[in-house]
Amino acid sequence: MAKANSSSGAVISASNLSLTFETNDGPVRALKDIDLEIGKGEFVSFIGPSGCGKTTFLRVIADLEHPTAGTISVNGMTPEEARRKRAYGYVFQAAALYPWRTVEKNVALPLEIMGASNAEQKQRIDRVLELVDLEGFGKKYPWQLSGGMQQRASIARALAFDADLLLMDEPFGALDEIVRDHLNEQLLKLWAQTNKTICFVTHSIPEAVYLSTKIVVMSPRPGRVADIIDSTLPEKRPLDIRESPKFLEIAHRVREGLRAGHAYEG
Amino acid sequence: MSVTHRLWYGNTGPVLVVIAAIMVLWYGFVVVLNAPWERDQAGRAGTTITTSQLIANTMAQERPVLPAPHQVIAELWDTTVNKNITSKRSLVYHGWITLSATLLGFVIGTLFGILIAVGIIHSRAMSASVMPWVVASQTIPILAIAPMIIVVLNAVGLSGLLPKALISTYLSFFPIVVGMVKGLRSPEAIQLDLMHTYSASRWQIFRKLRWPSAMPYLFTSMKVAVAISLVGAIVGELPTGAVAGLGARLLAGSYYGQTIQIWSALFAAAALAAGLVMIVGIAHRMVLKRMGMAA
Repeated sequence: MAKANSSSGAVISASNLSLTFETNDGPVRALKDIDLEIGKGEFVSFIGPSGCGKTTFLRVIADLEHPTAGTISVNGMTPEEARRKRAYGYVFQAAALYPWRTVEKNVALPLEIMGASNAEQKQRIDRVLELVDLEGFGKKYPWQLSGGMQQRASIARALAFDADLLLMDEPFGALDEIVRDHLNEQLLKLWAQTNKTICFVTHSIPEAVYLSTKIVVMSPRPGRVADIIDSTLPEKRPLDIRESPKFLEIAHRVREGLRAGHAYEG
Repeated sequence: MSVTHRLWYGNTGPVLVVIAAIMVLWYGFVVVLNAPWERDQAGRAGTTITTSQLIANTMAQERPVLPAPHQVIAELWDTTVNKNITSKRSLVYHGWITLSATLLGFVIGTLFGILIAVGIIHSRAMSASVMPWVVASQTIPILAIAPMIIVVLNAVGLSGLLPKALISTYLSFFPIVVGMVKGLRSPEAIQLDLMHTYSASRWQIFRKLRWPSAMPYLFTSMKVAVAISLVGAIVGELPTGAVAGLGARLLAGSYYGQTIQIWSALFAAAALAAGLVMIVGIAHRMVLKRMGMAA
């Protein structure tokens, strides 16, 4: 169990964090000696090949996995305390909407569990559906929506209870490029509006560079941080910023980091 | 659309063809199986019998080896429409006796089955200790255990509807347990993780995730359970001395060689089972529709 280290004002602070899974084929080192600080209001992307531990790290923050060594704190608390205080919203790879609930009922799910009044639920549902551009779709069932709309509904659900921290695990991985571009743009807008801290796991270099203020490049076996890149892109980012030299320069550095992580594998 | 078109391209045509084929086979067997007795009779009387006479006779025996369809239908009509429903000769009376035991047993079995399934998915100890007994209970032939249940319950002063219903329960709780264990465990890992990130309590996870996820499984199990509930009720009527119910009609029929009565009771039971399964099916569709999921 990790101890909280609440010395800094960072939202997330990990030091020497390791996680080893015991499997039938012997121990698998999913994370090794991760040192990372994430400040308030940052948009941090985790990028790396499969098996580099980026999703595992996100799950450690969310108290869905437990580190085997090192310390991590979330809002100055242990991940478990943070989870009990509902400090974060989590967006999974799949929308994971409940098929028997309408969109607004799905968004209401965390509010029901946390015991919000009906009036408050209604007001919050309206607000977050507007944030993700789903006004008027509240009464629809998930199967009546496209994949992109379903994922937006799941983001609305994660936003509903107003946690300051948003953890997103490849939320747009299953969507096509055009929808993805559109959702990336919307996500940036939403981030600017709400001033949340976002941890975002992705496979895509352009996505990571476009969205982030900080890019954490990870490499596999054992999962560790290969490079941390602070983005020099401006706050305002139209989609065509992706053709600017600065963007390509950062993308290049990310690619270098990914390659370095792979180099000694042979 | 014309009638002939619908007969040819719709479902009605094939259904009629199958029924006609069954009828032809059935009448064929009626002649073959009942003919020896007719020949025997003719031989004893020292008369000869023409083939057409023989065939006609095989379909009009009082105690045939295999009754002809029209004899069974006539008996069904006679014992449902022509008899007062409070009469002991009315199939509706006997049908109701069996149906009430079936329904009571089914309701108890369903509730009991759900309860056990909930216990099994929430407690590893219960899963390990109870599930083997649940499976073992179904390996004992119901014909062997039914008289025991009747006798034991009679000894503690329980008789009538409840013992029969409990035999239905004994059979019907099993598919419910199996189906509900599977159904309550059907939520995907990320759906459970989601609940975990909300710090939802076990009860909230049950009510808002496991229970709705299990609904399709529950109704599928209930279709099996209601049909075998009926079997249980009929079997339960056999050792009670054949007082009333479809089981009693079957037993009495076999005592007195009343094959027509046996077959009409069998058909009544089959119709009852089909009706019950259909009602559960309708409830299934209604519930899924209310939940917004297409059945």
